[in-house]
Amino acid sequence: MRAPSTDLPLVLDRVSLTTGATAILDQLSVTIAAGQPTLIVGPNGSGKTSLLRVCMGLARPTGGTVSWGGRFDVAPLRRAFVFQRPVMLRRSVAANLDYALAHAGVPRKQRPARIAELLARVGLDDLAERPARRLSGGEQQRLALARALARTPEILLLDEPTASLDPAATRAVEDIVLAAARSGIKVVMASHDLGQVRRLGGDVVFLVRGSLREHGSAIDFLDHPATEDAARFVRGDLVI
Amino acid sequence: MDEASAWQLIATGDPTLFAIVRLSLAVSLAAVVLGAVIGLPLGAALALLRFRGRALLLVALNAMMGLPPVVVGLATYLLLSRTGPLGNLGLLFTPTAMVIVQTVLIVPIIGALTRQTIEDLAQEYRDELAALAVGPIGRMTTLLWDARFSLLTALLAGFGRAAAEVGAVMIVGGNIEGFTRTMTTAVALETSKGDLPLALGLGLILIAIVVAINAAAWAVRAVAERQAA
Repeated sequence: MRAPSTDLPLVLDRVSLTTGATAILDQLSVTIAAGQPTLIVGPNGSGKTSLLRVCMGLARPTGGTVSWGGRFDVAPLRRAFVFQRPVMLRRSVAANLDYALAHAGVPRKQRPARIAELLARVGLDDLAERPARRLSGGEQQRLALARALARTPEILLLDEPTASLDPAATRAVEDIVLAAARSGIKVVMASHDLGQVRRLGGDVVFLVRGSLREHGSAIDFLDHPATEDAARFVRGDLVI
Repeated sequence: MDEASAWQLIATGDPTLFAIVRLSLAVSLAAVVLGAVIGLPLGAALALLRFRGRALLLVALNAMMGLPPVVVGLATYLLLSRTGPLGNLGLLFTPTAMVIVQTVLIVPIIGALTRQTIEDLAQEYRDELAALAVGPIGRMTTLLWDARFSLLTALLAGFGRAAAEVGAVMIVGGNIEGFTRTMTTAVALETSKGDLPLALGLGLILIAIVVAINAAAWAVRAVAERQAA
């Protein structure tokens, strides 16, 4: 592997994504820089997931360009993704981590120590040998986080990881995400939960129907939204 | 009367009977192992790769599940016969020839069922594996491993066809007593000779073995799934 060059800033330049006649992302330009978490906010169907997929490199824009640290077509070696409904491999919790570590190029000898460290980081120490598919939703999401962190990412992308979790499980996931952010990992997370936006802070990218409406600090977005759409969204009105 | 003598043969452990049973099992299991070695990666590759003529190949593979065994037997016979392209290997009328012919018969079954299973699972896993930067080979082995319980069914289907098959092994094996006589060919022979007790005994054992192997696979799957699903 070459010397680690940075994937940041992540720059989207007039990115469009269309399938058939529908525009999922429309001429979207945004720069995501190192620092506090970036929250991708917007109503359902606004393109949050697609934006994250483009940021990860899972989806190729049909128009415009994406660059990571000034480079194009960068393999996702320094990026990790946590899906809204993560796929648990049909093996134990520890084996799921071992798998992620192996594919991140960690030598076999170093893996047991890393697995133990990751399990501790997400609080799954006691469940190492449990089949991953037997975990609760919150535990599965924490394992997905550990699997993502196993890749020692520079950017951690999360697609509404707490969407179907109860408050306690949500808290656990948010704590792990905040700890990751504090350790220097750039967190980019989709959310439609304004309380979560306030708790995780940083900056907000506000999307409506695939276009960027606002990009600014989370506090400003919540307390002094600049656009009418954002104001209605923050008030809890339906934004279509 | 006949049934009684069939049970007698089984109960007394008739050596001829058991030699036939042993050969049948060895040939069919060897064919399943070979069929798995070829059919599993073939099915996975067909599930994951996109290339020109793929649809045609899938139709061909599915159609080959219904290949008439006697035709496969005949083709293999021509291939292995003394004047055939592989004639100098001297394989015709040996158990090896029977393993080959059964492998040809079950590779399409294992391959086609694997293709379907892996393609379904790949849908679910695609993004996650891409995000973990898993390469094409890793993707294939991961999906095969994670589909292992479903693929067991594909292997059982292959074993079922191999164990029940008569025509092909008859043609390439020759049904030589003590050498290439299997349960199915022996049943056919003894029936035509009129030795119904032996035919019936062999038939019963054949059914018992197929049931036992399926039961064992079921148990393995149930236990393993509980531990690793």
